[in-house]
Amino acid sequence: MANATPQAAPSKPSLWNDPQKRGILIQVLVLAAIFAFFGFIFYNTLSNYAQRGISTGFGFLNNTAGFGISQTLIPYQESDNYWQVFKVGLLNTLLVAGLGIVTATILGFIVGVARLSKNWLLSTSAAVYIETFRNIPVLLQIVFLYALLLKILPSAKESYSFAEAVFVNKRGFYVPEPIPQAGFDWTIWAFVLAVALVIVLRWIARKVQEKTGQQWPMFWIGVALIIGAPLVTYFMTGRPLEWSLPVLKGFNFQGGIRVIPELVVLWIALSVYTAAFIAEIVRSGIQSVSHGQTEAANALGLRHNQTLKLVVIPQAMRVIIPQLTSQYLNLTKNTSLATAIAYPDLVAVFAGTTLNQSGQAIEIIFMTMMFYLSVSLLISLFMNWYNNKMALVER
Amino acid sequence: MENNVAIQLIGVNKWYGEFHVLRDVNLNVERGERIVICGPSGSGKSTMIRCINRLEEHQQGQIIVDNVELTNDLKNIDQIRREVGMVFQHFNLFPHLTVLENCCLAPMWVRKVPRKEAERVAMEYLEKVKIPHQAKKYPGQLSGGQQQRVAIARSLCMNPRIMLFDEPTSALDPEMIKEVLDTMIELAESGMTMLCVTHEMGFAKTVADRVIFMDGGQVIEMNTPDEFFNHPQHERTQLFLSQILAH
Repeated sequence: MANATPQAAPSKPSLWNDPQKRGILIQVLVLAAIFAFFGFIFYNTLSNYAQRGISTGFGFLNNTAGFGISQTLIPYQESDNYWQVFKVGLLNTLLVAGLGIVTATILGFIVGVARLSKNWLLSTSAAVYIETFRNIPVLLQIVFLYALLLKILPSAKESYSFAEAVFVNKRGFYVPEPIPQAGFDWTIWAFVLAVALVIVLRWIARKVQEKTGQQWPMFWIGVALIIGAPLVTYFMTGRPLEWSLPVLKGFNFQGGIRVIPELVVLWIALSVYTAAFIAEIVRSGIQSVSHGQTEAANALGLRHNQTLKLVVIPQAMRVIIPQLTSQYLNLTKNTSLATAIAYPDLVAVFAGTTLNQSGQAIEIIFMTMMFYLSVSLLISLFMNWYNNKMALVER
Repeated sequence: MENNVAIQLIGVNKWYGEFHVLRDVNLNVERGERIVICGPSGSGKSTMIRCINRLEEHQQGQIIVDNVELTNDLKNIDQIRREVGMVFQHFNLFPHLTVLENCCLAPMWVRKVPRKEAERVAMEYLEKVKIPHQAKKYPGQLSGGQQQRVAIARSLCMNPRIMLFDEPTSALDPEMIKEVLDTMIELAESGMTMLCVTHEMGFAKTVADRVIFMDGGQVIEMNTPDEFFNHPQHERTQLFLSQILAH
């Protein structure tokens, strides 16, 4: 048996020709090179900072900012520190992103459905809208709208006024500010209760339909309750709400809420631009549902709006949602173009002014990037959850 | 004014732009009658039955279904669609709903039947087409033959008085055609008024009361299956039959 050939163990290739070992070796080398490269950059940066007398780390956030910001959603004054600036900028970015997402979605759905209309005028207008706005760089649209607005709007003294309550001029849009008085809580509670009641009623309505087949006009009941209940309470408690009207005093307005023109411009421009893309997404989503589906629903006797609600939209949403997510992300990132018209978003006040003053480029850009990254990831997370919810309906 | 006529087409004409699809079509279908419509592709047979539940609009002539005339009146269209079931070549089941939900959707939303009742009726018809155990599955998980049987059950759940079939077996593999045809034969035996566009000549021979041959948008020949297959009158019919029965 001494001469028996060993059980067919494959002959071993040399170290360099073994794909597995070769792979590991290459990965180790590449990793080492990357570490060396970043190590060099890190060391280089530190020594450059040291030469110019710039301290590293996030200690600078405690330094006094010393500059004013034209729109602050939280209390802020020039003597506050850079950390406060960061928070103010962050909220301003979130404000315009949030407003933009809501209006772009509404506008986009309207234009997308109009694009599919059988009415020639309507569908052509929608097509012209889409092709115009999505084919011009959004930065140009923002700058153009801003220049246009500043040209058109009058000075404070010659403000356009609507019913002596709303004033529009170069400095901004002034609207009355509601100031709740004692007892206004009741109205808020009435609203909350109405919403809760509508949720319960919807549930009951579904049960009723399953039991007896009767359908309640839940949409109208809901609208009536949510608007009606707070309104009735408001009048019954003696209208406990006062309005602070904007009044021209000297060269400027006092009282009311001032909406700066930069916010209005950025909001409109981003909504209009993104809505053009959303419209196309909605159109393609609806068209992705085959005509056979509509025909089958019609043949079964479902009405036009029932067909839309029960058959077409649930299927179209599966196509629409993932693409909608990327448009929301685009809009959020595009808010950084605010810098161009000096809307005080995070990039303008923090990655701009703060960076210029403190010179802490790496820390500041890092924080700013981290902010956009987290917001984008949160939006993605939410939309993926929503998408899974919709997709689960299918399988 | 109850009479025995289920469907009446009087001098129906239809154009797609310049193309004349239906030329002066006249047809009387009595209650409980089973009619098979055949003819070469593009002859207007699908268009004709799609006019009967207004999936297509006709431009001239009259279509009267169940004593209701089809006009632009939405009320008439709704009423007729409730009484007329249709089965399509490509099944057209709703992919986002289960088999059971597919069957319950129209009864619940159109006839306002309570869910429990709708589900009971749906299960009854799913038994009849022999797939009650697939009720909780989605259409994408079924074979073509099973899907078509679900589509038939879905139509029957609306309790229609007339059923239209638009090439119900053309998209199926040969071994699945039989299961669908068996279901249709059973339905025919129950006394349902049926109009069926098909090339299944075996089905026509066993089930049909009358066979209609269409070409170029016209009804060329209409006869009992016996006469139609053994003594076709028209030259065009003879040619068609020789081609379709050859293989």
